Amino acid sequence: MTKNLQPIASGLWSDEAQPHLLAGQSTDGRIFFPIPEGDSGKNLEVIKLSRTGTLWSFTRQDFKPKPPYDGPEEFSPFLLGYVELPGEIIVESYIIGTTLEELKIGMALEFVITPFDEKRSTYAFRPEQTL
Amino acid sequence: MSKVYIIGAGIHPFGRTEERSGRDQGVFAVREALNDANLEWDDIQFASGGSIAAGNADVMINDLGLTSLPFINVFNGCATGGSALSTTQNAIASGQCDIAMAVGFDKHPRGAFNANPKAFGLPDWYGQTGMMLTTQFFALKLQRYMQLHGISRETLGRVAEKSFRNGERANHAWRRTPMDLDTILNSTMINHPLSKFMFCAPAEGGVALVLASEKKVRELGANAVGIASVAIRSRPPGSFEVFAPSMEVEDGGKPTILASKAAFEMAGIGPEDIDVAQLQDTESGAEIMHMAENGFCEDGDQEQWLAEGRTEINGALPINTDGGCIACGEPIGASGLRQVYENVTQLRGRGEARQVRGKVKTAYSHVYGAPGLSGVAILEV
Repeated sequence: MTKNLQPIASGLWSDEAQPHLLAGQSTDGRIFFPIPEGDSGKNLEVIKLSRTGTLWSFTRQDFKPKPPYDGPEEFSPFLLGYVELPGEIIVESYIIGTTLEELKIGMALEFVITPFDEKRSTYAFRPEQTL
Repeated sequence: MSKVYIIGAGIHPFGRTEERSGRDQGVFAVREALNDANLEWDDIQFASGGSIAAGNADVMINDLGLTSLPFINVFNGCATGGSALSTTQNAIASGQCDIAMAVGFDKHPRGAFNANPKAFGLPDWYGQTGMMLTTQFFALKLQRYMQLHGISRETLGRVAEKSFRNGERANHAWRRTPMDLDTILNSTMINHPLSKFMFCAPAEGGVALVLASEKKVRELGANAVGIASVAIRSRPPGSFEVFAPSMEVEDGGKPTILASKAAFEMAGIGPEDIDVAQLQDTESGAEIMHMAENGFCEDGDQEQWLAEGRTEINGALPINTDGGCIACGEPIGASGLRQVYENVTQLRGRGEARQVRGKVKTAYSHVYGAPGLSGVAILEV
């Protein structure tokens, strides 16, 4: 579904079948996401973040944001939140495949790439799919 | 450092004033403050001020008078007013001058603030995807806080209900019509759990304060309010702040907690000694969380405090007696100084319909904003 879409930014996640968000790690172990641009991003080791985590907090964007928001012309509310990647970092992300009512702090989520508009893809987390 | 006093306070009503620029509202406030202190612009030896969206403050000298005074512009986000206050206080405390002016003003377009990612050192995609919104930050911080500490949506509504009730009694407030709890709770959802009438709106306004040394206060026989402390703190590592694509797993504290502790320490008093408080209420949940972050109650106590009306004008600790940002709107450059203006009004016993009962001896103000910055000022008489 997202194969023909262009990532919203390069270097945000790894290009592989099971992609990971990419972060920078300093020699003292601190993790930075996204990898900072410019001088502050130098000397950081690029690492892959965990594909699974737990919901730290959430909300729903109910109105169309002003620019620089660049989403589809026809706006529909979207869920977003912070996802704690255990032992790593807490990242802000779209939340998909669920509803506001179903969201609970602490629930298990997994990483996924999702369409942003007709041409671009972005990253999200969704409830862990039971195999 | 020698003690510094506020001897004049002026305000341009908050809200919308189409015919007047933001800077002109600042000039209006400066003239009000001078009148209040019975002084002329020529008497001011030093000034500091700023706005976020309405231009440079020092241009005001074209209208006020070319007296060659040093005028330092500040551009410090939501702490712009607090930084102007701190700068003028320091100028007097250091002996550089005896009388100084702090001024803040602003004028924002309608609707939620739209931020430029680059100005905050963030990549474009963060803004493009619609995750760089201040309203979301407050909702996300609050959602977690409510679940961890048992705060209900009704309590959020009660805060806004109080804001509009207090705003009705404040001449400088914007929203001056009381609103019932159901209307607030059922208003358009913005970012769950926060609905429209729980949020403050970007607005316009100006505030100015005249500061003076002890020597000058005596010389003028001024109606003076003492500055016990001013503390401004930026964020520590591991704090959850506005415009954060990520944060550390380990909670490392908050700029408000740091600024509050520093201000209390400098003033030599504690939260239990405060008679009236103005706390940053970008939305009603922020007032709730800031009650605890500033040390006035424990996390979770707010549910009972609001149910019992303890933060009402006649409660044990009146909070946001002029309706705060929710009733006054938020012209960023002026907002922090409005809190100080309101505290000066309360300490002088000039609050009229909104005057806190009994002798008000201490007053506390707290401003918070992007990118994780808090300013606290404690005043006393």
